[in-house]
Amino acid sequence: MASNAALKTEAQTCYHCGDKCVDEVVMAHAKSFCCTGCKNVYELLEENNLCTYYTLDSNPGINGKREVNDARFAYLDDPGVEAQLINFKNESICKVTFYTPQMHCSSCIWLLENLYKLNPGVAETTVNFLRKEVSLTFSHQKTSLREVVQLLSRIGYEPAITLADTDGKKEKKRNFTLVYKLGVAGFCFGNVMLLAFPDYFAMGEEVQRDYGKFFGYLSILLSLPVLLYSAKGFFQAAWQGLRQRMVNIDLPIATGLVALFLTSIYQIITGTGPGYLDSFTGLVFFMLIGKYFQQKTYDTLSFDRDYTSYFPVAVTLLKEDGEEESVPVRNLQVGNRIRIRNQELIPADAMLLRGTAMIDYSFVSGESEPVEKVVGEVIYAGGRQMGESVELEVVKEVSQGYLTQLWNNSVFSKSEEHSMSTYANEAGKWFIIVTLIVAAGSLAYWVPRDMTMAMRAFTSVLIIACPCALSLSTPFVHGNTLRIFGKNKFFLKNTAVVETLARIDTIVFDKTGTLTEPSAAELSYKGKKLSPAQEQSIKSVLRHSTHPLSQRIFQGIAGATAEVSDFEEYAGKGVAGEANGMFVRAGSAAYLGVKADDVQDALKTRVYVSIDGVVLGFYTFQNVYRGGLQEVLQSLGADKIAVLSGDNNHEEARLRELLGTEAELNFNQSPVQKLEYIKQLKNQGRNVLMVGDGLNDAGALKQSDAGIALTNSVTNFSPSCDAILDASSFSRLSKFLAFSKKSMNIILASFAVSLVYNAVGLTLAVQGLFTPIISAILMPISSISVILFATISVRLAAKKAGL
Amino acid sequence: MFIIFLLIGISVTVATGFLAAFLWAVKSGQYEDDYTPAVRMLFENEPSKATKHEAKPKPH
Repeated sequence: MASNAALKTEAQTCYHCGDKCVDEVVMAHAKSFCCTGCKNVYELLEENNLCTYYTLDSNPGINGKREVNDARFAYLDDPGVEAQLINFKNESICKVTFYTPQMHCSSCIWLLENLYKLNPGVAETTVNFLRKEVSLTFSHQKTSLREVVQLLSRIGYEPAITLADTDGKKEKKRNFTLVYKLGVAGFCFGNVMLLAFPDYFAMGEEVQRDYGKFFGYLSILLSLPVLLYSAKGFFQAAWQGLRQRMVNIDLPIATGLVALFLTSIYQIITGTGPGYLDSFTGLVFFMLIGKYFQQKTYDTLSFDRDYTSYFPVAVTLLKEDGEEESVPVRNLQVGNRIRIRNQELIPADAMLLRGTAMIDYSFVSGESEPVEKVVGEVIYAGGRQMGESVELEVVKEVSQGYLTQLWNNSVFSKSEEHSMSTYANEAGKWFIIVTLIVAAGSLAYWVPRDMTMAMRAFTSVLIIACPCALSLSTPFVHGNTLRIFGKNKFFLKNTAVVETLARIDTIVFDKTGTLTEPSAAELSYKGKKLSPAQEQSIKSVLRHSTHPLSQRIFQGIAGATAEVSDFEEYAGKGVAGEANGMFVRAGSAAYLGVKADDVQDALKTRVYVSIDGVVLGFYTFQNVYRGGLQEVLQSLGADKIAVLSGDNNHEEARLRELLGTEAELNFNQSPVQKLEYIKQLKNQGRNVLMVGDGLNDAGALKQSDAGIALTNSVTNFSPSCDAILDASSFSRLSKFLAFSKKSMNIILASFAVSLVYNAVGLTLAVQGLFTPIISAILMPISSISVILFATISVRLAAKKAGL
Repeated sequence: MFIIFLLIGISVTVATGFLAAFLWAVKSGQYEDDYTPAVRMLFENEPSKATKHEAKPKPH
């Protein structure tokens, strides 16, 4: 019977969120729920006839265990805040767009789009699933912004409203210019190609005589939009390069395109030939496809977030008469008293006045253990309070805090400059020099002999040498590399990062949360040996405490639990209770009366336990290094590896063992020091890769050549960086670096392929041997073969590398 | 042979029409989200509460 019951509990999952019902099973409406939060959402939906939610996907709900306090949305009633969040407002309706990262399935889309059934004031909701955005239209006479947000958070889709949303409206509209250009070029290319068919198939003098002129002029007309609109980008880039006295890949391209166009016009007008307008439009079309392919973006990821995307919009201010008021975080002043509730974020450096703070700094430092703070201590902004609500006094304004002043550094105000020294640009420089020499040579050879031949040879050289293949291979190699990385959960900001990664020779790691696993802390016990019965008693007592440390120890001890009586919890101190006839107390050193000089290593969190009044020992939490870390570190192949840790050096020996003797280990680093350290390395001429995870690495990530932010969930907040790496793929980091080097070799190889084409083409062209038909056929074939070569070799290389 | 001029004229006009339709589609935001509409169209239009009760006994 007992085993039967155990089986049953094991099989029970929450009807709403699909979680296993571990602690308790709430039964209602013949369905089981893991918590009352989930049950409440179900009842709300059931009442409103919205149970289709559960049929589209099974267990689609979002776990409702985290209780929300509706009072914390009070700031949304503030007209100033409201005005900053709303996109559009007139006398009757309001439009607003929220980011809701919890959205994950088609049921979510369905429920959110049926929101009007739950609140009649909502007129319409539209979901953009890829961006995880909900656009709402509501009547502000019937409902309010706050009510809408409360409703969303009640059904589990709490919108992420952060300080960044109030920074004025940043329109995140995607730029479709390239698509327009591509459309126009494709249209013109297709039509010009049709008009050129008679030439390809040599339909005879008759057609040529009757329609040649007409086809020619129509082709010119169709090529004009390509020249003036679609190809504009190449000319602009070439001109910009020239103005900076730099030769980039676009210069030979622009020269080639102009030569191609002018020759064609000349031939058509003088009636000497049909021109190469089909090649001209085709080339532009293919190169734009390359650009489009390169422009892969990840809708849900954002690579340019700063602390404002993490900080809340408002905080509860305590007025002198004790009244609470919700005020915008930006208006906080030194000396203000604020109240921070459970799960709320501390927006400014502040001193603790009342209550016990358990601060979770996981987004700042990657440290998963909440840090305990007592009255009088200063708490740095960015931490999240776990537990009871506390009162604090602001000691620094939001933008001047220990952490946030990092963003005042000049690194963040510099706009991103485009690196000109890409492979393609380097090659383009040599390309144009050689091309010009050859062109001038053929001109010099032919001019004394045959004037028309000279012109023909000269333009042919320019046209054939147009490095289209070169400019095609780079975007396709990079684009494919980007996609392969993306498939392996390594998301690059753009394709330029591939080249940067290939050049990296120095790798700097953050320790906590990057090298260590933030979600798993190893529980270790020191002291007198505990009997299984004693362990069970401790586990049983701690089970009743909601304190994060209690929960950690509870999960860390195996076995069943026993009945507990006389349980009591003393906030900020510890717990007490009786189980198995033993009186268990667990908590801080002070609570159990352990002498202060025994507590030397105060930097580590310790939980002491006593049974029947005898202190037996303490539990500590040790960082667990990520799986496969050693292999990754050994196969990195960088000249120099360093670690920057905000922590003290108690793990130095372990790190040495992992990283070897040559690695540089730096401890007690502040966010600004981390940034400075990277700067120093860069000044030594190194190409630095920074791998970090928290807000305290933001400066270093920005300062480095390539900054990789490690995250356990890609939809979570991650600081501004060049690439986001899902923690599950951390063990492949060295493969990624090796592969980006390989993809540079593939570019070189496709350069070689295109050079062969060009060399053969050139030798024939300087002799004036090319008929229009041959060049018309050769041009697209060489382009397509380079595209195929680039794509296939990258895919093959990825397969070989196991990516 | 005049017909060729006419046909080419027509074909280019039709193609221009398609180009214009494409540009309009991009501009009106149809390429902003290429996932959600595909899911949305599969949702059933539910009958309102009153009609649902009437329709219920009918087996599918």
